[in-house]
Amino acid sequence: MDSQNPSLDTLKDIKRLMERSSRFISLSGLSGLSAGICALIGAYVAHSWIKSDFVTSNTRVLEPVHEIKIRLVLLAIVVLIAALGFSFYFTWNKARKNNLPIWDHTSKKLLINLMIPLAAGGFFVLGLLSQNEWRFVASACLVFYGLALVNASKYTLTDIRYLGLMEIALGLINLYYPEYSLYFWAIGFGLLHIIYGLIMWWKYDKAAVDG
Amino acid sequence: MKNPIGNLNKIFDSRIRMGVMSVLLVNDEVNFNDLKQLLELTDGNLASHLTNLEENGYIKVHKGFIGRKTNTTYSITKAGEKAFAEHIEALENMIKNVK
Repeated sequence: MDSQNPSLDTLKDIKRLMERSSRFISLSGLSGLSAGICALIGAYVAHSWIKSDFVTSNTRVLEPVHEIKIRLVLLAIVVLIAALGFSFYFTWNKARKNNLPIWDHTSKKLLINLMIPLAAGGFFVLGLLSQNEWRFVASACLVFYGLALVNASKYTLTDIRYLGLMEIALGLINLYYPEYSLYFWAIGFGLLHIIYGLIMWWKYDKAAVDG
Repeated sequence: MKNPIGNLNKIFDSRIRMGVMSVLLVNDEVNFNDLKQLLELTDGNLASHLTNLEENGYIKVHKGFIGRKTNTTYSITKAGEKAFAEHIEALENMIKNVK
């Protein structure tokens, strides 16, 4: 029977209100995609710097090695700002299209729960850098970011939980192969974000564009 | 045969009261403005339905302050949770009977 069923409509309304009031559902797949592309570009630039530096530092003293470290940190900051900017733009755009508020108690809860592990991770990485310990920076970034996603998944689309679990796994494996850190970092922040973004876009946003 | 709509709760007939209960069931505490925004209502309209739900013992009201501004938050009571769960079950049964 395909007739109008008021009970079913009521239940659908209840479900929609429960979701909308407790989860931030405007997260856009394009946000993940753009963050992934930023990360891959960043990783590519870092890779080319490191390669050219290795060639020269064989013949020179250690001075340029220190210089490239500062440049890498600056590059990481630029990539982070660009990724956050694009992510915010696409999510803001989606919220606006669906007539949903971008800043309400669901986005507040999402942000707070994302920021707790993320801030801890940020300070942890700063601590590593201050000890001149570079080998585990990529690992720490991946693990803390993964934990942040798992924690935040309770307050937004549940799919980011799986992304989080994969980031954690990748970060832990990376601990045993620190010499390939840049590749792990590129897979975790670049490739996984792009795959996740495409899946999310396919699952949630495409219907909205078509319809 | 049992009356199929006998278990439906009259208080939740109103879409607004049903909406308030849906929101409060999944959130510990929601303030007046967030409810208003979620349900797309005016102050007066929402207030009268909240009073109704409070008088029936389904929701609790907490009056507080953020700085100097009043901040009234609402939460669901045990009785409210039970009544709403029964109402949803009755709705589900009605759908099963249609199929």
